[in-house]
Amino acid sequence: MTIGGIALAIGVMSSAIAADPIKVGSVLSVTGPAAFLGDPELKTLQMYVDDLNNQGGLLGRPLQLVHYDDGSDANKANAFAKRLIEDDKVDFIVGGTTTGSTMSMVPLIEKAGVPFMSLAGAVVVVEPVKKWVFKASTTDRIAAERVLTDMKKHGITKIALLSDTAGFGQSGKAQTELVVAKYGITLVANETYGPKDTDASPQLTKIRNTPGVEAIFVFGFGQGPAIVTKNIKQLGITLPVYHAHGVGSEEFIKLAGPAAEGVRALAPALMIADKLPNSDPQKPVVSAYVKAFEGRWKEHVSMFGGQAHDNFFIVVDAVKRAGTVDKEKVRDQIEATKKYIGTGGEVNMTAADHMGLDMWSLRMLEVKNGAWVEAQ
Amino acid sequence: MIRRYLGLYVVAVIIAVLPFLIPNGFYLDLAIRMGINAVIVLGLNLLIGFAGQISMGHAGFIGIGAFASAVLPTHFGWHPFVALVAGAVLAGSLAALVARPIFRLKGHYLAMATLGLGIIVNIVLRNEAKYTGGPDGMPVPPFTLFGFAIDSDKHWYWIVSVILMVSVWASINLMNSPFGRALRGLHGSEVAAQVVGVNVTRYKVAIFVMSAVFASLMGSVTAHYVGFVSPSLADFGHSIELITMVVVGGMASVFGSLVGAVLLTALPQALATFEGWETVAFGVILILCMIFMPKGLVPTLAARFGGRRE
Repeated sequence: MTIGGIALAIGVMSSAIAADPIKVGSVLSVTGPAAFLGDPELKTLQMYVDDLNNQGGLLGRPLQLVHYDDGSDANKANAFAKRLIEDDKVDFIVGGTTTGSTMSMVPLIEKAGVPFMSLAGAVVVVEPVKKWVFKASTTDRIAAERVLTDMKKHGITKIALLSDTAGFGQSGKAQTELVVAKYGITLVANETYGPKDTDASPQLTKIRNTPGVEAIFVFGFGQGPAIVTKNIKQLGITLPVYHAHGVGSEEFIKLAGPAAEGVRALAPALMIADKLPNSDPQKPVVSAYVKAFEGRWKEHVSMFGGQAHDNFFIVVDAVKRAGTVDKEKVRDQIEATKKYIGTGGEVNMTAADHMGLDMWSLRMLEVKNGAWVEAQ
Repeated sequence: MIRRYLGLYVVAVIIAVLPFLIPNGFYLDLAIRMGINAVIVLGLNLLIGFAGQISMGHAGFIGIGAFASAVLPTHFGWHPFVALVAGAVLAGSLAALVARPIFRLKGHYLAMATLGLGIIVNIVLRNEAKYTGGPDGMPVPPFTLFGFAIDSDKHWYWIVSVILMVSVWASINLMNSPFGRALRGLHGSEVAAQVVGVNVTRYKVAIFVMSAVFASLMGSVTAHYVGFVSPSLADFGHSIELITMVVVGGMASVFGSLVGAVLLTALPQALATFEGWETVAFGVILILCMIFMPKGLVPTLAARFGGRRE
């Protein structure tokens, strides 16, 4: 009887475990200034959690998305991270839309030991390497190096840097200054503009009057770079113009108009999904994501939603390989991610590199006849 | 004497029992944040509720304390305790420096001036990226005292509790001292206060400095407790949040400050599951509070049940 009882108890327990959902924790900036990043990220996570559940879940268990909106406030993100870890007892966390939110969550996550995939941009998230923190999304360092490589290839040695004064531009400026010498390039002019400025002519006039400038590198986000591009045309500057990874959208071409012609910018393959050749290794994943997202939400994809996709599936794959949601094992499997092809490029994690992308993950695009094409 | 401290004893009992009732670390974290906010709101209520002055930039002082505790130990190797004191001194001096010109203003103009002060602090924190990490913020080393690192939530709970108890005790005594009576006097009528010999400017400056120091100290505690600071600690929204706590809890009420801080710290967490509707629900609750209890929760309830003045 006792043995039967134990067997019964074990049977009941294991079926209870089987029905227990795997909890996916998430803190995103769905409202506030960073909402344009957080909104597509949340939509992507909701979509794929539903998808996986329709396909029978993960390890035979359903997934449950536990999401909190930090309102773009890093201090709120910290409180919600605590809640995810201590109260909801999530199995892993995807999110932290901004660098500030992510970094405020990191101390808690490191202490508690929960696999964490950040969606933030800056390189400080993964440098120095933190045991539980990963981020398979592009960084400003990669963007800077990718642009500088292209400049070097074209024999450019003296450039002007124009960056915005918000977090994105300032972090990008710092990274560019850090690596520029490695490519034998000197910054002969180094200017900034406010992200809400409606005119950057004074800075550009100064750049035009600086002797020896061979190209202009704009590190900015949103409408600022479009205004800068227009001003460049208005001032009759004919130097090559490079943008970082904040502008590769149709919106930019609409805003900048004919001035956008010939401008170069970085973007993940996702932004040129329909123009990728069939031979491109990213073609299947990118097309599938675009189809799923635009089908469900009736709006254009952005690289941020794409990053949510990549980071989410890296953990999902890690859980599958680990065959358990044991945090230590899942973490090890995330670190062992090799040749994962996502919307943002090929990810190869190592113990020393918790980002796993190289600079070639960003494509160099060029505006030709009013549309983005991959630059040759 | 016993009646004066009755509320204090109640708070002490709640603080002592609470750790045994809460189910997990998240609620302990929430309790600590409530305690931190309660001390700040207490200081702010001395200024707004008792002295009748307004500060729309109070989060700026929290920012000063928080970033003093983050920047000085990280970049200059200061001991965290020295950094905490330095932050409080800096916030206090800044308050004293600007108080004289600012308190020549009244009403809307005073609100505007203090608002500007808070915004300036926020801009400095955002732009001095070399030291403050800019808009992304920076990590804070743990607080050490006599060689021990204070890094467990339990420790912080008791530390914040002690600070809270001392603050409540000090506030009660302050308000019943000649200083407190003078403050209430100038709240009622500055001219009348002046006529009976109260140095109005001196008292206003003193209370402003005091509440700035309260805010700065708790900013430092927040920084060490959370382990991370970002300039959003010092932004306008945070200042408004604190004023809301004062108003909802009850102006010129020591225990109103506590109730306001506790409620408004818990509310966003309670509403977080509403997915997109939390701000709407938050707004509706505030509007209802103000319509039905314009004096704030504690004074309204106290008047209804027994009319005891605390």
